[in-house]
Amino acid sequence: MPGGILDRHDGGIYLNRLKGLALVCLVLLPIVAAAADYNYGYPIPGSYEATIMGTPNSLKPELPDNIPTKHLLIEAIPGLKKPDIFFYDKGLRCTLAYQNRKAPLIFLIPGTGGSDGSPKVMVMMRAFYKAGYHVIAMPSPSHPNFIIAASHSHVPGDLAEDAADLYRVMEILWSKVKEDIEVSDFSLCGSSLGGTQAAFVAMLDEGRKSFNFRKVLMVNPAVNLYNSVTRIEGLLDRIPGGPRKIGIFFNRMLSKFTQFYHKGDFVGIDDEFLYAVYASRLFSHDEAGGLIGLAFRINLAGMVFASDVMTNSGYVVPKNRALTSADPLGDYFTVSVHLSFIDYFHEYFYPYFQKKRPGLTKEALIDTLGLKSIEGYLKSSDKFGAMTNADDFILAPGELDYLRELFGERLKVYPRGGHLGNLEYRDNMDDLIGFFDQ
Amino acid sequence: MSFAINRGYAAVLALYLVLSLVGCASTAGSLSPEVPAMHTVNEFGDDEPIAAIDDPWEGFNRRMYRFNYHFDKYLFLPVVSAYEFVTPIFAQKGVSNFFGNLGEVRTLYNSLFQLKGKKFLITFGRFLTNSTVGLGGLFDPATCLGLQKQGEDFGQTLGYWGTPAGPYLVLPVLGPNTLRSTGGLAVDGSIRYVAVNAIDPFGHAEHEDAIMAGASTLEAVDVRHKEAFRYYESGYPFEYYMVRFLYYQSRELSVMK
Repeated sequence: MPGGILDRHDGGIYLNRLKGLALVCLVLLPIVAAAADYNYGYPIPGSYEATIMGTPNSLKPELPDNIPTKHLLIEAIPGLKKPDIFFYDKGLRCTLAYQNRKAPLIFLIPGTGGSDGSPKVMVMMRAFYKAGYHVIAMPSPSHPNFIIAASHSHVPGDLAEDAADLYRVMEILWSKVKEDIEVSDFSLCGSSLGGTQAAFVAMLDEGRKSFNFRKVLMVNPAVNLYNSVTRIEGLLDRIPGGPRKIGIFFNRMLSKFTQFYHKGDFVGIDDEFLYAVYASRLFSHDEAGGLIGLAFRINLAGMVFASDVMTNSGYVVPKNRALTSADPLGDYFTVSVHLSFIDYFHEYFYPYFQKKRPGLTKEALIDTLGLKSIEGYLKSSDKFGAMTNADDFILAPGELDYLRELFGERLKVYPRGGHLGNLEYRDNMDDLIGFFDQ
Repeated sequence: MSFAINRGYAAVLALYLVLSLVGCASTAGSLSPEVPAMHTVNEFGDDEPIAAIDDPWEGFNRRMYRFNYHFDKYLFLPVVSAYEFVTPIFAQKGVSNFFGNLGEVRTLYNSLFQLKGKKFLITFGRFLTNSTVGLGGLFDPATCLGLQKQGEDFGQTLGYWGTPAGPYLVLPVLGPNTLRSTGGLAVDGSIRYVAVNAIDPFGHAEHEDAIMAGASTLEAVDVRHKEAFRYYESGYPFEYYMVRFLYYQSRELSVMK
């Protein structure tokens, strides 16, 4: 890159201006916000921006870096045969964080596509550990590892079936660790789709009583899985050319990002750089939404592909094709990433359940994918608590009011934070711990 | 790390050939005839591919990817774990600092090749400070003094002077690379080989070869100890493409700087 030295010099000035801007934003916003919203100091006003950026480091509580953990690899389905392409899958991967004394245990269920090691899961695990709890994190039933190793149908998305699989996994996990740790009682915490699943797991437990959960917390839950996913898919309607052009959108966003990095004097892709991206408004509100939709699709592609290979349904991979770890998967990736959850629902998910339950209509199936189907239980049980944000875009119109009606005093609504963007903000973390400490 | 690895290359390749032959023998074809999938890639020809990187040797690369997973699992990572278990944290840091300090030499001449004066001066300052005050590189006081670690290698030098990255290439043990970065590794490795032979640091010792082999092994273990990446750990079926994309992009970004 001839002339690079000059460019960098200009970039330095540019960067200093950006740094200044970012600083002004971070310092001023909490003050502006505080005046309006009952001292709630989470600083990022845009719902998509908050979701992507999360919480600035200075506003996070201090958490221990190293906590005693143990990786648990469990055989959830005995004798399960896996195709060669998933040769690396040796069982369901879960993580235990343990106290060296008697303590309550919290099971964690992450959101769509999350594993036991996802950043948000790790944060909650460290926070609960610091507050004196044992914690066990599991992968989301929509994570490929769960679909392959722990789902009996290998078809993710049905709240009741996923809850049954989760419950079995939790029982196996408990039998595995009960000799090693002393537990006083059990609680459950799920975020996003995991929050919705937690409600179904808790209801199952009322009959089976393996855990007798003391507390169940739903963090930014979906009220109805189908509605929430439709909302997220809708974010891609606003990119140029619509969802069929996500490849072009991806490449355009990437070159924007790369050029911005090139122009500035950044040391690497770190928090400072990301805040500079945010402060410079490099991406418009619609583009930020498109990026969330894109990230969702990339996750979904793994889910659809893993499920299709396991069931040999011929959805994206030809039926009866035996893939090996050396086979290129690029075409399957392209196909899977272009299929929406709506496609998955109508072409794969619904036919699967229709075969199992003749006479089932699509409307009836959609109704089973939400909290409404178990609202009597949720209304009556005082072990539940829920947290969400007024601007959480995974909630369809009316669903926030529905949550208020359902949970009343047991629901806490923050004025902003998008979808889980404010999870790590110190007030939210305090409330998270406070709920289980009660 | 290139040292130990260059020497062990032949052995590793032979091992790989044996393993891959064993792997082939056990692969059985499916019995039922194939039925085309409901959705195929032809439907989406009007869009650009996501995260496309030039990868004509994908079949080979994927086999290497799998080989590296096994190499990690059965040899490399157990050795690294043992090292982490027996070595106190401060000693591990000292080892990392020491090899990091030697690595500054590579950054030095490559900054020079790219006419990057500021990088050269910072790195020179780091090398001087850490070699003296830092007790031969065991400590890193330079970073505390505000001299941030820079990184340059011959692959970046090639990129700086306009050589395209070339196809993606997964090397045994060393993992994700491009043809250009592989060429860079070879040049940096050769320069180092010549330099070490010229300086001959253990020339008067009795078991020179054994000492050199030990030092190279320790360096390789240190490199893996610092690298958190684990093959297939994400569980994402398209992990290969994500890793390829992220590696390639981060390389391109580092060439820009």
